[in-house]
Amino acid sequence: MSGKAIRGQWVKIHRIILNPSQRAPSVPEDTKKCPLEMWLNGYLDQDEAMIGEEVIIKTVIGRSVNGTLTEIEPKYAHSFGKPIQELLEIGPKVRDFIEQGDIDER
Amino acid sequence: MRDNSYASVMGRKNEIMKQAVGIDYSKYEIEGIAFDYEKMMAEVGYSLEEVTKIQDETSVGNTPLVELKQINKLIQRISPAGKGARIFLKDEAANPSGSFKDRRAAVSVYEAQRNGYKGVIAATSGNYGAAVASQAAKRGLKCIIVQETFDSQGKGQPEIVEKARACEAYGAEVIQLSVGPELFYYFLLLLEQTGFFNASLYTPFGIAGVETLGSELNRQMIEKTGRSPDYVVVTHAGGGNLTGTARGLKKAGAAQTKIIAASVDLSGLHMASDRDFNRKSFTTGHTGFGIPFATFPDRSDVPRNAARALRYMNRYLLVTQGETFYVTELLAQLEGMQRGPAGNTSLCAAISLARELDDDQTIVVQETEYTGAGKCPSAQLSFARENGIIVRTGNPEDNCPGKEIVLPQSPRQIHYTEMDMKKIKTSYVKQAVKNYDKQDFSDTERAFMAQDLNMTVETVEEILASIN
Repeated sequence: MSGKAIRGQWVKIHRIILNPSQRAPSVPEDTKKCPLEMWLNGYLDQDEAMIGEEVIIKTVIGRSVNGTLTEIEPKYAHSFGKPIQELLEIGPKVRDFIEQGDIDER
Repeated sequence: MRDNSYASVMGRKNEIMKQAVGIDYSKYEIEGIAFDYEKMMAEVGYSLEEVTKIQDETSVGNTPLVELKQINKLIQRISPAGKGARIFLKDEAANPSGSFKDRRAAVSVYEAQRNGYKGVIAATSGNYGAAVASQAAKRGLKCIIVQETFDSQGKGQPEIVEKARACEAYGAEVIQLSVGPELFYYFLLLLEQTGFFNASLYTPFGIAGVETLGSELNRQMIEKTGRSPDYVVVTHAGGGNLTGTARGLKKAGAAQTKIIAASVDLSGLHMASDRDFNRKSFTTGHTGFGIPFATFPDRSDVPRNAARALRYMNRYLLVTQGETFYVTELLAQLEGMQRGPAGNTSLCAAISLARELDDDQTIVVQETEYTGAGKCPSAQLSFARENGIIVRTGNPEDNCPGKEIVLPQSPRQIHYTEMDMKKIKTSYVKQAVKNYDKQDFSDTERAFMAQDLNMTVETVEEILASIN
């Protein structure tokens, strides 16, 4: 993927909302060490930009928001996961159980 | 230009909220902790008939009630003679965006439209975001969903990433944040900047929307079994699901039905911790929300929370992550229904409860939710392993939130842990002492606490005396 986005392209931006020093007093120590960050998708609202540059986007509902360009045509990376052996065993085992009961009951 | 610093925006909270929910909460204030809950619900909320009409307009509700015949056969197998109640499941995944949250969103978005707001905003990492986005789409309003999605490494919780995808699919703008309660600060800032409606989960609209779930399931149970259910088990987090369902059941005349809360036990994991964030395999329906919201409801994003679970909760049962994944698998493999997992927390508790009840008794598990990438057990358990959590088959008693997920070897091993209701109610009183910074409450305040805790004033006084 090219690192250059053009006007109107669907992109993701990132920005810092609160620096570690600005975080709420109630936040646990591990969280307090990190900034509060934001990610947002929208259409690039300038002629072109490279990843890492400060840009303006127009969101899907028309708001203008600025931030650092982090991804061009961002994809959803979540999945159904890997097969889990321990899960695969549950169905057949419990069907047998309904029909025949525990091994010690047979 | 306005000062948009954290402290300044938080300081404008009440003003922003009044504008964004259109409710003057001060009308219902009485004194200190006390406010007129029923007056607020009657004046601001909608009647059961009105809610039904609003929900009909956007095809929400009227979901099927399914008798879990195979699971009930299984329960018979593992119960003593004469025991083993029948379980019925309200298939709320049949709502437009795939969960009961459409009921809450339907009323909030209707209210926003009626009052001329151009858009709605909701702060939610769960199904509610998809519900608000879906209802906003149906009514032609703009929608922003603010989520807590990533840890500081930029690693997203798969279940929450999936909700973001769903919200975007319905045309919403999705703002994703890293871990931390200051999400609320940014949420306030957005409300102020956009002038949109705060589609909070905790307004009277959000709760009135769930009342139809209670009345519907009661009607369906009467049709199927000739009477109201003996027990309704509710997956409990923020308290709205339980409060709304219980109110709906009462309005429908099901006075004897026992209301059982169920949550996944996530004790030991801190909800605002960056480190713990991706060690959870459930993002809702867990004790991290269930206990704090029950013991201090007014911690929510509106001045007075309409979800007050302890008014209606008869018992509170906890189950483990491993047991709930196991039960999610049972629902798919035995009943042909791929749902959850979060909504199956109550099914898990119900299976354990059913074994103790007589075989002529009935239990309703009052919700399911859609499943898919990021949400299904294989996705969550793969993610758990990537984060160093041990996943194995064994004795569910060995489950340790954030460290080990143990799937039962046999359905006989599914056992709830009962929370001590007196202890939870005592914790509510302790929270009141802390949050109102006083030990002496007036007669009016003590009477309010008694109502909020469904106990006598004398018992409230005993608890107060024991803490002081």
